[in-house]
Amino acid sequence: MQNFDFVKPATIAEAVKALNSGDAQALSGGQTLIATMKQGLAGAETLVSLTGIAEMKGVCQGDGGLHIGAATSHATVAREVATTYPALAKLAGGIGDPQVRNRGTVGGSLANNDPAACYPSGALASGATIVTDRREIAADDYFQGLFATALDEGEIITKVIFPIPEKAAYVKFEQPASRFALTGVFVAKFAGGVRVAVTGASNDGVFRWTEAEKALSANFSAAAISGLSVDAGNMISDLHGTAEYRANLVKVLTARAVTAA
Amino acid sequence: MPKDYGIGASSKRREDVRFLTGRGQYTDDLSIHGQAHAVMVRSNVAHGKIVSIDTSAAAAMPGVLAVFTGEDFKDVGGNPAGWLIKSRNGEPMREPKRPVLAHGKVRHVGDAYAAVIAETYEQAKAAAQQIADDAVIDELPAIIDMKAAAADASNRVHDEIPDNICFDWGWIEDNRAAVDAVFKSAPHITTLELVNNRLVPNAMEPRASIGEYFPGTGDYKLTTTSQNPHLTRLLVAAFVMGIPENKLTVVAPDVGGGFGSKIYHYGEEALVLAAAKKLGRAVRWTAERSESFLSDAHGRDHVTKIELACEKDGTFLAFRTETYANVGAYLSNFSTATPTFLHGTLMAGPYKVPHVYVNVKTIFTNTAPVDAYRGAGRPEATFSLERVIDKMCRELGLDQFEVRRKNFITPDMFPYTTPVGLAYDTGNYQATLAKAIEMADVAGFDKRAAASKAKGRLRGMGLSTWIEACGIAPSHLVGVLGSRVGLYDAATVRVNATGNISVMVGAHSHGQGHETVFPQIVAERLGVPESSVEIVHGDTSKIPFGMGSYGSRSLAVCGVAMNKAIDKIVAKGKKIAAHMLEASEGDITFEDGKFSVAGTDKAKTFGEIAFSAYVPHNYPLETLEPGLEETAFYDPANFTYPAGAYICEVELDPDTGKVDVVAFHCADDFGNIMNPMIVEGQVHGGVGQGIGQALLENTTYDENGQLLTGSFMDYAMPRASDVPFYNVDYSCQTPCTHNPLGVKGCGEAGAIGSPPAVVNAVIDALHRGGMTHVTHINMPVSPGRVWQAING
Ligand SMILES: Cc1cc2nc3c(=O)[nH]c(=O)nc-3n(C[C@H](O)[C@H](O)[C@H](O)COP(=O)(O)OP(=O)(O)OC[C@H]3O[C@@H](n4cnc5c(N)ncnc54)[C@H](O)[C@@H]3O)c2cc1C
Repeated sequence: MQNFDFVKPATIAEAVKALNSGDAQALSGGQTLIATMKQGLAGAETLVSLTGIAEMKGVCQGDGGLHIGAATSHATVAREVATTYPALAKLAGGIGDPQVRNRGTVGGSLANNDPAACYPSGALASGATIVTDRREIAADDYFQGLFATALDEGEIITKVIFPIPEKAAYVKFEQPASRFALTGVFVAKFAGGVRVAVTGASNDGVFRWTEAEKALSANFSAAAISGLSVDAGNMISDLHGTAEYRANLVKVLTARAVTAA
Repeated sequence: MPKDYGIGASSKRREDVRFLTGRGQYTDDLSIHGQAHAVMVRSNVAHGKIVSIDTSAAAAMPGVLAVFTGEDFKDVGGNPAGWLIKSRNGEPMREPKRPVLAHGKVRHVGDAYAAVIAETYEQAKAAAQQIADDAVIDELPAIIDMKAAAADASNRVHDEIPDNICFDWGWIEDNRAAVDAVFKSAPHITTLELVNNRLVPNAMEPRASIGEYFPGTGDYKLTTTSQNPHLTRLLVAAFVMGIPENKLTVVAPDVGGGFGSKIYHYGEEALVLAAAKKLGRAVRWTAERSESFLSDAHGRDHVTKIELACEKDGTFLAFRTETYANVGAYLSNFSTATPTFLHGTLMAGPYKVPHVYVNVKTIFTNTAPVDAYRGAGRPEATFSLERVIDKMCRELGLDQFEVRRKNFITPDMFPYTTPVGLAYDTGNYQATLAKAIEMADVAGFDKRAAASKAKGRLRGMGLSTWIEACGIAPSHLVGVLGSRVGLYDAATVRVNATGNISVMVGAHSHGQGHETVFPQIVAERLGVPESSVEIVHGDTSKIPFGMGSYGSRSLAVCGVAMNKAIDKIVAKGKKIAAHMLEASEGDITFEDGKFSVAGTDKAKTFGEIAFSAYVPHNYPLETLEPGLEETAFYDPANFTYPAGAYICEVELDPDTGKVDVVAFHCADDFGNIMNPMIVEGQVHGGVGQGIGQALLENTTYDENGQLLTGSFMDYAMPRASDVPFYNVDYSCQTPCTHNPLGVKGCGEAGAIGSPPAVVNAVIDALHRGGMTHVTHINMPVSPGRVWQAING
């Protein structure tokens, strides 16, 4: 790993300033970034830690739902939303291992947008709002493919607002080695309709399964999607599963999520 | 009441106190004054011609002390294969030189072709990257698929070997015609093509080595992660570097697991020694985890076609196999013995099958070397046998238990010579099978299956009745079969003047628990507390010339050598006691730590005798040397043959293909048991590895020879949640007949017996669910593969 400078600002403004001067990169839990730096695949002259910024940490109820600071750890989310949003708590509590959950953060996960990560499906199915240092981005506009998001250079997520559905569930089928999602499905039922977001499966990253949403909005039961089929055409195929297998998982896990919700 | 002391007690593992409190001293924990750091430059292509390696920029980088390439070692010896195999046509195997650093060509991703020594690790690493950037290596087509490699004479891993075949071995070639004849007329033949998946050993501690050179004496010292320091010394000194053995000390301190991968000598060991001499400084190297994936010797990797000829009632008539065994790019030290004499000789299993023929073609490919890994050849044999028997039972509608019973060698038939050349001394396969059936509550299976079905899951039960051969021996026989080493072991028992005891052993403990178990035997035999006995191992300057630990041999070979040395101690003690007690030697008895004159109350304690041996004031000096220290070497008369019956139960989710092992029952016959707790631990670990192989571990090279599973992100190791609470029994005991401890060895059993039990259970679950079109799924039986098999 190459040498770097480290700064730990106390406010969002200071962080943004540090990030926009020279070769700098945001560091949150470091669970992705540090590993990629060790492999020589990432690196910056300055790392700007976000975990010392009080206004970016913690969970509270507010306008539009749960406000979760971007630098809040998975473990904190799992604990704090256990009663207010159990499906999201389960998602956070199922990430990695205790070490990863105590360091990794919701903002880091959403900024990274790993195609096999869990949070993107939770945010997309919830219709979350990604709040940054300069604007608010709807989840539907935020995710733009593998590791790609709507964030601009030097822009940081400060918090995420999760509307709380009437019913929801996240079902993750683990990739046997990494235990990331081989495929994961988050189903959220709101008064206005059902949203179904799928991670781990598509070559385009997290996506909404709109056919299932339509069917489930009319009839929120596993039976409602039994007649649907998922096109394997754009699914990921790798040593852990073929495209057809992933297409199958999307449907099986969606049904299970509906039953669990 | 279970014993709390000596042989048969579950004495707590004394070494765990330091391991679990971070006080172990592993190679990488040692810090030597003035040490420099080595980093290897490894090929990122599978096959390539080295055009040039410009090291000038790297050599000028900050902190860089020296740079080595293959050129620097081209005149030293190659790392040899330890076993010469002859092909069916009588020709000796092809043995390409395995250099310290690749020279001329690189032959697998991870093949080291240069090394940098620098003041710090970071500096060495940066310079290594510079060399990788500056080296010109012309990529050649990678040779990955074994059958394609053997069929294509134009593309060669080693230019001098046209068909990439190391050898084509027949066992026993003279029996081939008779076996073929049986197949021509057999009432039923079952055929199965299967893959025994390649495994990455993944010891918790990566390989590490420190080289030192002492100019004052011309001595070298190598501290390294080895399972057998004397063997490593022999290889690095005599074969590779041309250093006299007496000028090299090899120390293997605490070693964090090996599973076979640390038996072998690797180029990094020679490199750090050469660098230490050149620089006059200690030079250290520790593998990164990704280097372990690329450069540790891998295990298994067989592609096999097995055929079983039988009567319609399931009576075995013959087995015939054809196996392609991958040796990777170079011959690692035991790589030629593993697919042959540790595999073909086990191909009769515990069965009285009259005819067996085994053919193994060993192929060079542009992949990491493959060698012995926990079980080494015997898991491959067991998997082939137990899978094809299971398939036969399904084809003929026969009961799997009944078929095993019908074909087992019966207790009255021992000693029993198999058609593949082994002489089983003792066993009782009926007993372990009956025990396993009882443990697994086979009678209650249908009820459990119904409960699973109610949850939408399919339940299956799989059986494996396995046998293995431990403690490879005797030396004169293995010599005839091509071994280039002897396979004895040695121990020195040194009774100190104050009565406590140091035992120097040739075996090496890297997790097994020798430091606990060996003292139990000494304590039992000499009537001293276990805590007064210390085991010394892993340092060639302290221990006698033993062969180390692998092949479940430590207790069955080295433990017996130690027991022989104890016999000598007792015999000498009797002589001393006879003198001190003024009795004749024949009247002295030794029991519970006391030498007594038979029929009297005259006695001397063990401590008094020891003291007298070192302070020989009242001592028969004219006829007896002072001191109480004895060494024994032991070369066993035969292998030992542990065997057992394993029953696995799985639940399978037909919608996702996920398999959960819900129960695993092991009924093993290990002969006499020295420490039940440690035996259970060994079985747990072995079965865990077997479940890993069966369900999770997948070493995949793509067609360009890139390792797709080069990290734990893609290489799935078994975790606690993947294994059930094991049900382990070792009460069926037929003690080994040719060693005085009656022990057989238990270290590899779990990994040998378990994979077929798991896969048989998966096939059983599918068949019970009506999916009888699935006759086999290759390991690892991953969810994706199961689902694909179900859905055609
Ligand atoms: C062993 C292991 C297992 C894991 N298992 C799972 C799993 O099962 N499911 C899952 O979803 N994830 C898993 N992860 C990933 C984990 O959730 C990471 O924490 C997450 O992907 C990154 O979060 P972080 O806070 O660590 O971010 P960092 O590593 O610090 O940063 C990641 C990237 O995001 C950028 N970044 C960080 N914060 C912000 C911000 N607020 N605004 C803008 N950019 C930002 C950084 O610059 C960097 O590019 C696992 C990780 C490990 C190591």
